[in-house]
Amino acid sequence: MNRYPLWKYLLLVVVVVIGVLYALPNLYGEDPAIQISKRDGAIGSGLQAQVAAVLKKDNLRYKRIETEGSNLLVRFYGTGTQLRAIDPIKKALGKQYIVAVNLAPSTPQWLRAIGAKPMYLGLDLRGGVHFLLQIDMAAAVGQVLDRDETAIRRFLMNKQVPYASVTRHNEQLLIRFTSTAQRDKAQGLLAGQYRDLTFTAKNTGGPALVAQLSDAALLQTKQYALEQNITTLRNRVNELGVAEPVIQRQGQDRIVVELPGVQDTARAKNILGATAGLEFRLVYQGGNAAAAAKSGNVPLGARLFYERNGQPILLKSQVILTGDYITNASSGFEQQNNTPAVFITLDGQGASLMTAATRNNVGKFMAVVYIDTTPETKMVNGKKTTVYVKHDSVINVARIQQTLGQRFQITGLSSPQQARNLSLLLRAGSLAAPMNIVEERTVGPSLGKENIQQGFNSAVIGFLLVVLFMAAYYRVFGMIANLALFANVVLVVAVMSMIQATLTLPGIAGITLTVGMAVDANVLIFERIREELRNGNTPQASIHAGYDRAMATIVDSNVTTLIAALILFAFGSGAVKGFAITLSIGIVTSMFTAIMGTRAVVNLIYGRRRRIKKLAV
Amino acid sequence: MFYVKNTINFMRPRWIFMAMSATLVLISIFAIVTRGLNFGIQFTGGTVIEVHYSKSVPLSDVRSLLHKAGFPDAQVSNIGTARDVMIRVAPRAEKNRSKVGDKVVQLLSQDTTQKVTLRKVDFVGPTVGSELRQDGALALLYTVIAILIYVTLRFEWRFALGAVLALVHDIIITVGVFAITQLEFNMTVLAALLALLGYSLNDTIVVFDRVRENFRKMRKGSPAGIMNAAVTQTLSRTVITSFTVVLVLLSLFFFGGSVIHNFSLAMLIGVIFGTYSSVYVASALALTLGVSKADLMPTKKADVDDRP
Repeated sequence: MNRYPLWKYLLLVVVVVIGVLYALPNLYGEDPAIQISKRDGAIGSGLQAQVAAVLKKDNLRYKRIETEGSNLLVRFYGTGTQLRAIDPIKKALGKQYIVAVNLAPSTPQWLRAIGAKPMYLGLDLRGGVHFLLQIDMAAAVGQVLDRDETAIRRFLMNKQVPYASVTRHNEQLLIRFTSTAQRDKAQGLLAGQYRDLTFTAKNTGGPALVAQLSDAALLQTKQYALEQNITTLRNRVNELGVAEPVIQRQGQDRIVVELPGVQDTARAKNILGATAGLEFRLVYQGGNAAAAAKSGNVPLGARLFYERNGQPILLKSQVILTGDYITNASSGFEQQNNTPAVFITLDGQGASLMTAATRNNVGKFMAVVYIDTTPETKMVNGKKTTVYVKHDSVINVARIQQTLGQRFQITGLSSPQQARNLSLLLRAGSLAAPMNIVEERTVGPSLGKENIQQGFNSAVIGFLLVVLFMAAYYRVFGMIANLALFANVVLVVAVMSMIQATLTLPGIAGITLTVGMAVDANVLIFERIREELRNGNTPQASIHAGYDRAMATIVDSNVTTLIAALILFAFGSGAVKGFAITLSIGIVTSMFTAIMGTRAVVNLIYGRRRRIKKLAV
Repeated sequence: MFYVKNTINFMRPRWIFMAMSATLVLISIFAIVTRGLNFGIQFTGGTVIEVHYSKSVPLSDVRSLLHKAGFPDAQVSNIGTARDVMIRVAPRAEKNRSKVGDKVVQLLSQDTTQKVTLRKVDFVGPTVGSELRQDGALALLYTVIAILIYVTLRFEWRFALGAVLALVHDIIITVGVFAITQLEFNMTVLAALLALLGYSLNDTIVVFDRVRENFRKMRKGSPAGIMNAAVTQTLSRTVITSFTVVLVLLSLFFFGGSVIHNFSLAMLIGVIFGTYSSVYVASALALTLGVSKADLMPTKKADVDDRP
């Protein structure tokens, strides 16, 4: 009665073998490496030889160069050569390539062939920075309405419907008319044209229309803002040259960015968090800027701005074009005065907009407005709220020398550093809405190493203590339980590697804890077997009854722990999620190893013997 | 080794232990209300910076430097060694809050000739912190409710109530210890509490399972006697399992480093009380609530007496 069918043994063997295979990559460690990718598109076939030549020239020893997806990976023997190799490679390849330092898993080819990869280490174990960014959705909606505002003006003008004014108030547009007849005519025309907006008639302070984004359009705008910001962040992170960055959405309006190995957080933050935008506007002719600044009376069709030195200036309220149309930007020095400059290339649409705006305005002045948005916390009605404050400053005013097209330059920047940062931001594309860093974690590389060491040590010590105790207390059965424990750890690691879960320090604690708790199933079974023996049952019957009776209890108690772990997973964030994952996986695998695994071994040892006098339990 | 031949009368002194538990819970609640918890920055918001100096540095120097440089609220303390310094800055209502960390590191490295290495910076915005506190409390609540439902379905409402009160008892006492000692209550401690919910219940279920089995099997005997038999029979298992878990936790506590220090401490306290509460809160309560044999008999199928 204590025999298992062959298929159960086969299943066990297959599961354990697969477990060992997929857990194996974690033992191989990592190679210091350099990862090379091209900014736009795939790397060419000649790149490998080119890099090899560079390394050979500088006498830098490397393990091997290989293509990995759309990247080229150069593996080194030590971090010394790895770090020395960066500069020559960067220099040789030029700016089209992104060269990043990386730790590449040195999983052998035959394991990679079956898709086995090591677990991904969390930031607390490998060092780096973690940002949680929140998108200002009100601003995203505002931007869309700003665009509509201009379009509606033009539309009404084209349709020859006179209007008094079009203004934006937060998330609404207010269009004023001089008569209700005109308003009603406009309402019909506008509703047909702008399906994203809902128009409601209003009569306070004269006939007017209030336009709002429809619910669907609102949702879409927010979705778009999130996606656009994620894309932009990805581009910016590429600019930083970080290997294996994590950029994910979290909830409705947040984005998580994890940059392993990055130490210079100030720079990372400036590039990620900066919400620089550019606007090109014509200078308003004929107004008096100083007077307007004093009185606050800005002429119609103009807006008041300030230059960097505090000088007020009036610009046309119409924007020629925004930073969105910029396809490339590079920094350098302007030839005539040798001052820092940014060279800009526009896309086709941007180029035609620029040409159209400058063609008839040669000889007039054009200004470049730099928009920087910073979050500020204010107390509103006793509650802390974050307000995004737009700081716009005119960084450059220049006479339009000729009709501008696809390429032109911006000058008037204060330092080469500023020119470089500006070009970087422009190149990386603009954000759909400003973002605010709401959480940040930086873990130094030394701390990461220490965490891994301590986590590993404590896990091993805990494991050994339990193993020794079980062997001493339950003898043969204890050894069998230990076998199951070991298999359990292998399976947890294998499953985590398969699903590419992130291993964190609390995750290690979770694995260790499942070791302590996985024993429980075996303790329950063994205690029950002892009890049956004491009641005078034969050893074979006791084994059978022990497993049988303990089963319900084990399932019950494990399901409850699983419930807690799953809720933990749903609510926890970051490191705690890691703990919940390992705990859940550990519970499931331990049921398998502690019940089926130990039973199989027990059956193998005792099942075929007819007469057993004593059980070593 | 832990085999006990005669049934121990666990239930006789139950009133004393229940009174003791009630007192401990009240003390804990009192401590939580009056002293509050020393929440980690993940819950309060703010910035924590850890730096490592190449030689030991007097904390007073670091403190006065920061206080002068516009961080009058900075708390400075050592962690582990005299060369590792932790600085905690409360959330501030000004712009560039997220740059506090960079600024502090810059200040520290300018001031001394020593090499200052940045080990860790944590910044959490105030809104994220309060959200986490809310989510954490909700997670605890949901877990308790889910467990209440599960145990009611598997056993009976008296057991479910006993089990859940035992859980609440364990959690409150563990949180109480953190309130009394003012040790930092951070995200990992919250994780420990949730893991404890699972563990403590695990222990209770094992006892209950045996109680149910005994009720069905033993024809004679009062409910108290049956409870006693169940607790005695599962005693060795309870002691051994708790012992192995404690072994692991001690290892995590002593060798696991500062990050999981409070986690393992919370678990240790919880495991000890969880083991005790399975007997003297969960079982004792179910007994006091009047659990009886009839409540636990399997529901019999209707007899086939309507034969034609």
